[in-house]
Amino acid sequence: MKLLEELAQSLERGDSQAAADSTRGAIELGLPAQRILDDGLIAGMAVVGRRFKAHEIFLPDVLLAAKAMYAGLALLKPLMIEQAVATQGKVVIGTVQGDLHDIGKNLVGIMLEGAGFEVLDLGTDVAPETFVDTAVREGARIIGLSALLTTTMPVMRKVVEAVEKRGLRPEIRVIVGGAPLSAAYAAEIGASAYCFDGISAVETVREMLGVER
Amino acid sequence: MMPAAPRQILPIEGGAVVSAVATVLEAQGVPADVTPNRRTVELAEDAARMFQRLARPIGVWASISLADFAGVFGGEGHNAPETPVDQTAGRADDLALFAVTVGDALPSRIAELFARQEPALASMLDAHASEGAELAAHHLQNRYVDWLSGTGRLGAESGALRYSPGYCGWDVSGQRRLFDYLVPEEIGITLRDSFLMQPLKSISGVIIAGHQEIFDFENTFGFCEECSTWACRERIGAVLGGMPDETA
Ligand code: B1M
Repeated sequence: MKLLEELAQSLERGDSQAAADSTRGAIELGLPAQRILDDGLIAGMAVVGRRFKAHEIFLPDVLLAAKAMYAGLALLKPLMIEQAVATQGKVVIGTVQGDLHDIGKNLVGIMLEGAGFEVLDLGTDVAPETFVDTAVREGARIIGLSALLTTTMPVMRKVVEAVEKRGLRPEIRVIVGGAPLSAAYAAEIGASAYCFDGISAVETVREMLGVER
Repeated sequence: MMPAAPRQILPIEGGAVVSAVATVLEAQGVPADVTPNRRTVELAEDAARMFQRLARPIGVWASISLADFAGVFGGEGHNAPETPVDQTAGRADDLALFAVTVGDALPSRIAELFARQEPALASMLDAHASEGAELAAHHLQNRYVDWLSGTGRLGAESGALRYSPGYCGWDVSGQRRLFDYLVPEEIGITLRDSFLMQPLKSISGVIIAGHQEIFDFENTFGFCEECSTWACRERIGAVLGGMPDETA
């Protein structure tokens, strides 16, 4: 449908005003929220993600697209709640205890939201139990941890252990990322996956939750 | 009584730590050979203005003897067996510990922009703040070199290079002893148990001054392979080719 195509294209251009206008138009036309979400917002961000991965566009372009996506999403949210629209799944993310770096974690959160996941961002300096409690309370099946210092990486192991101790594995999976991390470290602490960046986080979460592209 | 080692607190002029748009765009992943689009450039310029309004750059340096530095560098015993830091410092004429920050208003503003769903501006401001902290460290290093020159201690063909805990085999746990000696709390920088400094956009380390030849080394250290920045090569190149300038 043309209006939803325009919505998707407004995201690609990073045009927040046009994204808001198209979303409003689609709502006024009575289109179901799920369709506006899937064929407009998520479709637009998917193209942006692909072009970013192919190095045709760069981080600032992706983030301008994300801003446009948020402009549309803000209008769509009430309708999504009213129509009980299901997201692709919930992901709890945060920067581990002792660490205050949040840019990387924020970017990963934006990428996940752009792919249609509901992101519960706990912020920085988050205690292991808080991650697990939130995931259980919210029914999230993925916990995403970020750390930027070698000294805070060991907290990730504590989160994995807390998930295990409460018998929540394999229902709840822990994925990890951040500059000093590696796939080997993730394996060593028993995390389910290491994600190099936001794109790999999206691909990993999709695979884990069995979401089709 | 021994005279106290020279120590200076230096407020830094905001303009001295504003990076070129091209530098910030590169930090944002826009390759140098790509012409950025107009909106991206505008974003970087807006962020530069915001950065200049919010930045409160300040630094502190304190001279340290080679013997005292050996104690600071030893930290908590987690350094790599061989590092360019102790090898270079061992042949230096002068050493100073330092810390700089661009202040705490920036991280708060960046977080606020993310919360207001302005991720592009937030990320660009973050890049300006990170680059600004590097420029502040560079500025402080140059002021220390000026001070050395003023005292007649810096001979011909001399240079200075800085290293930081967390880089080049100097374990980040070295921060504890560095803080004990330098007391950067006096300029508002504190250290958490995880060795993270607050404000976030802060840098600490040692400035090593001496004859140019002491800075050159072959990259034979194991940790160089894991290094993501390789920034040392550029800085070593600057020392070997003459003293670094303000904008390097
Ligand atoms: C849930 O799933 C997931 C999935 C993917 C996930 C994820 C979660 N979380 C992250 N990801 C991933 O996706 C994101 C998007 O692509 C990425 O997130 P990032 O957060 O990594 O990426 C950001 C978007 C951009 N990246 C960044 O902003 C960090 C880049 C590097 C070069 C860096 C920078 C810029 C800075 N630093 Co410094 N810094 C380094 C970094 C080395 C590197 N190449 O990463 C790192 C983190 N720093 C380091 C150090 C040592 C330090 N730094 C310091 C200072 C600074 C600056 C101020 C100059 C600046 C700003 C820091 C900041 N982040 O605000 C000091 C500490 C500051 C403090 N407050 O304590 C200081 C201690 C140095 C000193 N003594 O002064 C190193 C830590 C090493 C360690 N042992 O822990 C370091 C890894 C560099 C190195 N040695 O290679 C991925 O990692």
